Amino acid sequence: MGEFITFPELFIWLPLLAGLLAFFLKGNSAKNWATFSSLIVLAVVVASLFYSDDKQYASYNRVNYYWLKQIGNSFFVGLDSTSRLLALLTAIAFPVIFITTSKNNYKNPAAFYGLMLLSQSGLMGVFVSMDALLFYFFWELALIPVYFLCSRWGGEKRIQTTFKFFVYTFAGSLLMLAGILYVYMHTSQRVFEDGTVSSHSFALHSFMSTMLSIKEQGWLFALFFIAFAIKMPIFPFHTWQPDTYDQSPTSVTMVMSAVMVKMGLFAVMRWLIPVLPAGALAHANMVIILCVIGILYASCIALVQDNIKKLIAYSSIAHIGLMCAAIFTFKEIGVQGAVIQLFSHGINILGMWVVFDIVERQTGVKNISQLGGIATKAPVLTIFLVIIALANIALPLTNAFVGEFMMFGGLFQLNPWYAFAAVISIILAATYTLNMIRKAFYGEVSPAVQGMKDIGFAEKSALAGLVLLILLFGIMPQPMIEFTKDALKNILAVLPK
Amino acid sequence: MNTILNLAWLIPVLPLVGFIINGLGRKSLNKGMVSVIGCGVILAAFVLSVMVFLQTKSGNTINAHYFDFIQLSSFNLGFEFKIDQLSSLFLLIITGVGFLIHVYSTAYMHEEDNKDFAKYFSYLNLFVFSMLLLVMGGNFVIMFIGWEGVGLCSYLLIGYWFKNSDYTKAANKAFIMNRIGDLGFLLAVFWLIAKVGSVNFDTVFSAASLAKLSATDITGITLLLFVGATGKSAQIPLYTWLPDAMAGPTPVSALIHAATMVTAGIYMIARSNALFSMAELTMTIITFVGLATALLAASIAIKQNDIKKVLAYSTVSQLGFMFIALGTGNYVAAVFHVLTHAFFKALMFLGSGSVIHAMGGEQDIRKMGGLHSHMKITSITFLIGCLAISGIPGFSGFFSKDEILAGAFSVHGYGPVLYSITLFAALLTAFYMFRLYFITFTGKFRGTHEQEHHLHESPSAMTIPLIVLAILSIIGGFVGVPEALGGHHQLASYLSPVVKSVTHHLSHSTEYILMAVSTLLVFASIAFAWMKYKNYQAEGNATGFGKVLQNKWYVDELYDVVFVKPLMKFSAFLNNIVEKKGIDGLVNGVGKAVQYGGRQFRLLQSGQVGLYVLLMVVGMLGLFIIQFFCKK
Repeated sequence: MGEFITFPELFIWLPLLAGLLAFFLKGNSAKNWATFSSLIVLAVVVASLFYSDDKQYASYNRVNYYWLKQIGNSFFVGLDSTSRLLALLTAIAFPVIFITTSKNNYKNPAAFYGLMLLSQSGLMGVFVSMDALLFYFFWELALIPVYFLCSRWGGEKRIQTTFKFFVYTFAGSLLMLAGILYVYMHTSQRVFEDGTVSSHSFALHSFMSTMLSIKEQGWLFALFFIAFAIKMPIFPFHTWQPDTYDQSPTSVTMVMSAVMVKMGLFAVMRWLIPVLPAGALAHANMVIILCVIGILYASCIALVQDNIKKLIAYSSIAHIGLMCAAIFTFKEIGVQGAVIQLFSHGINILGMWVVFDIVERQTGVKNISQLGGIATKAPVLTIFLVIIALANIALPLTNAFVGEFMMFGGLFQLNPWYAFAAVISIILAATYTLNMIRKAFYGEVSPAVQGMKDIGFAEKSALAGLVLLILLFGIMPQPMIEFTKDALKNILAVLPK
Repeated sequence: MNTILNLAWLIPVLPLVGFIINGLGRKSLNKGMVSVIGCGVILAAFVLSVMVFLQTKSGNTINAHYFDFIQLSSFNLGFEFKIDQLSSLFLLIITGVGFLIHVYSTAYMHEEDNKDFAKYFSYLNLFVFSMLLLVMGGNFVIMFIGWEGVGLCSYLLIGYWFKNSDYTKAANKAFIMNRIGDLGFLLAVFWLIAKVGSVNFDTVFSAASLAKLSATDITGITLLLFVGATGKSAQIPLYTWLPDAMAGPTPVSALIHAATMVTAGIYMIARSNALFSMAELTMTIITFVGLATALLAASIAIKQNDIKKVLAYSTVSQLGFMFIALGTGNYVAAVFHVLTHAFFKALMFLGSGSVIHAMGGEQDIRKMGGLHSHMKITSITFLIGCLAISGIPGFSGFFSKDEILAGAFSVHGYGPVLYSITLFAALLTAFYMFRLYFITFTGKFRGTHEQEHHLHESPSAMTIPLIVLAILSIIGGFVGVPEALGGHHQLASYLSPVVKSVTHHLSHSTEYILMAVSTLLVFASIAFAWMKYKNYQAEGNATGFGKVLQNKWYVDELYDVVFVKPLMKFSAFLNNIVEKKGIDGLVNGVGKAVQYGGRQFRLLQSGQVGLYVLLMVVGMLGLFIIQFFCKK
């Protein structure tokens, strides 16, 4: 198979083709097609896990086609453990989203599902690109469908919200592009096998071997970091997110919060730190301080949210902040924790959205104050919610505990005071999460909840799958740690001593 | 290798299996099957625990490593159990008392729906599983997994009747206050990882590791661990969740909030005695926190009218005694008191459950009275509990409390003062317990006619556990008879490989005097309660100082004003001002500025050639000037 087509190509082409095809389908068939194709992608990604040994199967996992040789660009894609992990997360997220939201009826389903699949293709591309231009291309391919999805299928304030989302993230992208071009101009020449010589190169390895001065690295770091910080988002670049999560159709919010926010973190690990190690080291302290402030800030704001979607958005900002801080500790335990948390956070927040999409669809309400007594009407849904919510607040034996434990541990090793401050968020998280459960799920049945029914088989299976993953990686995290160990090399080995 | 110790992993797995079966089968299983499964797994775990205990008694212990939990090149964390004398003793308490409470629950919860009944038992099994994990864990992280696990089960069971919003509030409060403590625990663990590179008990407590820790490290780590203990074991300042936790079903209060979970902090400190003995400052703080808690809670208990609240404050106070023992280096006495307290407090909670059951859900003792004639077994066993907790010679509480008092007395410097205050708290204990007993069981019945008609002794599934616990409350103390009374203190010698007390020795004659003084005063205190409450008439709410006590020193209100409200106000400020007006305002401001600028510049494109020429000239002049001044 390696001769023929590689896994990373499949990850990109399958959803792309499926997405393009979906535009021509009518009615519900687009929905079914999207579900079907996303399951195929999942199967392919799972299959790729068995070929992860690079010594034996290198040709399955990496390919480099000539593309725009003259400017030193090629279609260079490859899988390493972090990209594989995030590809898996993407591949799991989409079928779960399609299955659990299948009862939502969207106008013009062909376009809706087509755009969703295009976005999946873009996400896959981001995670496997080994070429900066390609990376930028996929970055935009992942985002642009989302702009359309939000502005056409979103809530009442969608135009305003999407506009802000678009301008904000696009400004970030432009900063990144400017940075990429600057680094590109400082790469050495690239000689292709057919003799073509380009004066500069977009390849990751060329980017990593530039001779940028520490001063240049410093401001380039700032440029890239702001671009990625907007995407994650990190305080204070986060204000586009709560409104966007609130106004987007839930299935799009799921894509954004479960997978898309990981683009920023992934970019930091794959590109920012390896390309600008001295800049990263110089700014690490500032980044961590920003993250820790953001963790506490977002957790406090989550305490006073009545809108559940915004509550989850702020909670996610806090969680992402912790991951980002942990990466910049440059301690083995912290970085490793962040890597596995990329996956765990995706699974958990996906679960939260699945539950609240069901609640919102059935009750038409997204404010905690109008809900109450869901546990009486939908006990099974409540059990799933409680487990997922406990994972969200990192209870031991759930996946998030392992990640958070390691990340806080890393922070402590770097500077105990950072850990002392950041750890307060676990109290705040417990407070807002349990208060939300108490008011929305326990107590007397509120009028809005009167007509609620418990979940059906499809939703139950999807949620059960997520819960199994939560428990599996909570009880036995070591296989996943083992699987992603080499991710650390990219980060820790490149740092100047 | 030792087969029984190698099978010890079954002890926690059995309740876990019970949890899974009852949890998944809650719709299809009937109450009988649920009871058999729920109680059966605990009984099996108890039998195994006894076998394990016999092994540890003859000196066999085991450190079992099952699989790697988190393994990095710089840090190694296994899923491992440590089964030695200390954990084995706790296994007996948890599964033994746990089994009795499970049996009791089959009758107490019988009126629940099938599904809720199964839910209740699955939670109870899950609790036992977590608690076993806590005491069997071979490192701080596995212990922490159990530590938070019991907190979760406590949360689920306090909020078991989830439609009542007061109950779910109490559940949240318990979880969140425990989390505050957990934060201390976690930070201590991180500190250990950073300094020692391991969290395994044997590694951490080895001389080599302890040598790596500076005095600051040890004080810091032990203080943080103690913060963890104050959360779980309800000490000042984190005790206020425990009285509210009485919202849960009464057997839950007996199991979780009296006999097992709340003693986790004592277990953890006893387990870490090698660390704590090196931290003088921490030990002093523990002593005084324990003392203050013992006094404060006992003073509140005097004025409570809810039968379970009295017991709850009594538990807080008794836990304070255990911390006094820990703080004075008297670890064995602390563990001893955990053991006897588990018997008599579980007994009294179950007894109160029996009373509540008979009273049709009524918990206010002002509406009870004279119950002795209606429910003799409950009354007599409850009386035994009261005698035990008061420390009447011969009953279990006497031996453990006496040891704590003697340890306090032997402290250098302020020993006698410490002893006197602790003794005063013990006298309050005898007073409020007998106040409770006399008001509830003696005198005339003060409830409604209907209630009086309904009064009855509870079924045997409830009374048999009471009788067993009553027997244990009497004889349980004989495992720790001090030398002064001609005993050998078997408990101390059994625990000696793991836990060594570091108290100073008192002469026998001093001990005799101390015992005599405390015994006499306890009798006096009971007599005083008898005089005051033998002809109790229901009274209204207290006034003056009594009102302060009845309102629990207004600590809840204080916390609300000092912590909760400011936090919410601050968060609202962040949300409404900083977030919306500040950061987002700035972002939108940039957008608006661009739009505004665009609108203004648009006006320049007026189509009049004259204006364009003028601007061109101005621009050229400008460039010329810049060129002229800057290019020097």
